[in-house]
Amino acid sequence: MALVDIRQRSGYLFVGVILAHILLISAQVSSRSGVPVLEAVTFGIFSEVQRGLSSAVHGVTSVWSGYVGLRHVKTENDTLKKQLADAQVALQEQRALADRAQSLEKLLELRDRVNLQTTAAQIIGAAATPDFRTVTIDKGTRDGLRPDMAIISPAGVVGRIVVPSARSAKVQLLIDRNAAAGALIERSRAQGVAVGGGEDRLRLEFVSEAADIVVGDVVVTSGIDGIYPKGFVIGRVEVVDKSGLTYKRISVKPAVDFSSLEEVLVVTTPTPGRDAAGEGVSE
Amino acid sequence: MKAAGVILAVALALASQTTLGRFLTRGPAAVDLVLVAVVYVALSSGPVTGLFAGTFAGLVQDALTTGIIGIGGLAKTIVGFLAGIIGTQFIVTQPIPRFVVFFAASVLHAVIFMGLYALLDLRHFGTPYAAVAGQGLANAVVGVLVFQLVELLPGAVDRRSGAGSRFRR
Repeated sequence: MALVDIRQRSGYLFVGVILAHILLISAQVSSRSGVPVLEAVTFGIFSEVQRGLSSAVHGVTSVWSGYVGLRHVKTENDTLKKQLADAQVALQEQRALADRAQSLEKLLELRDRVNLQTTAAQIIGAAATPDFRTVTIDKGTRDGLRPDMAIISPAGVVGRIVVPSARSAKVQLLIDRNAAAGALIERSRAQGVAVGGGEDRLRLEFVSEAADIVVGDVVVTSGIDGIYPKGFVIGRVEVVDKSGLTYKRISVKPAVDFSSLEEVLVVTTPTPGRDAAGEGVSE
Repeated sequence: MKAAGVILAVALALASQTTLGRFLTRGPAAVDLVLVAVVYVALSSGPVTGLFAGTFAGLVQDALTTGIIGIGGLAKTIVGFLAGIIGTQFIVTQPIPRFVVFFAASVLHAVIFMGLYALLDLRHFGTPYAAVAGQGLANAVVGVLVFQLVELLPGAVDRRSGAGSRFRR
């Protein structure tokens, strides 16, 4: 009887469940300012009231202070002009110093490659939905795994750890839509970012117009993301679509066959980027 | 009893998806077995059961992924409810109508799911027409096959028509 009663109100039930979902989503999603949407909307409504009151008060005070303040504008303008000139000189000096530091960094770049410590892990599950390209491995924080540790295989780069639990960890594959890795063309040393598309191919983005890239070039990790160690194979350039000087599309075929992966290696060697991000993580 | 059946169906679909998911994804054709289970339950049992099946399956699926909890739930809730309404208002007992419902449900699910992620500026899907069409076709084929297989079981049709006359509106 009660079940029949519920069914008679299925429309209301539907609306209720949808609203509950929207509230649930709003509570998790951050707005552009980083505040949860629910909080942002509530705050936004109340802030409009505050804005109205504030503008009324401001209107009255600005008339008075603007009139009185005009007396000091000339003196303040002269002071600011002098400060701007000083700042421009200082900026030139800083720019020169930055150029010099960049040259020194290039010299030190050769030192980056180090022996990597790895832990073998087995893939025990795939993503619960095909919209996310993740896998689950059988090692977790008990084995010393932490978020953002790189996952590699003998063929090349696989992905990174996103959610470690005690005895397992979720790995975001490089082909996931939210995945990316700093990349380098091995032959020409042209830099870019290998971005996942949710399907079986990667896109190489943020490539300079002057870069020399041809079909068949090997793409390796550049190491600038602080997650993936430098020099590991990402894949091979499959399509280069260039219009004039601009690269419209560079498609990369991953070196790893993600559908047949069974065992992977977790890179446990610390990297500067990962250590900075993982300082707050407790195991 | 019926709730247990729905939970079992969704759990089976989730287990299959997480076990076979890597092998079910071939280019744009990525089968979503959980969505297939939700639409199957909705067509078999009506809009309210479809709604609850969609909510449960979607939320569990969301919890198992790295995305926002609720987006998949919302998409599957809407799909489950609408598929249930279609199942009660139209005769959907032949493979072709079922194929159309599964395909449309997959497309609607993709539109809501991707639309919400894009709207909230969380993920960008580019131009996913091929992927959506591929997934719709794959889901529709699997869905029709599941119906055909279940109906091959002894006494399945009698049980379904009996259950339908008691519960569906």
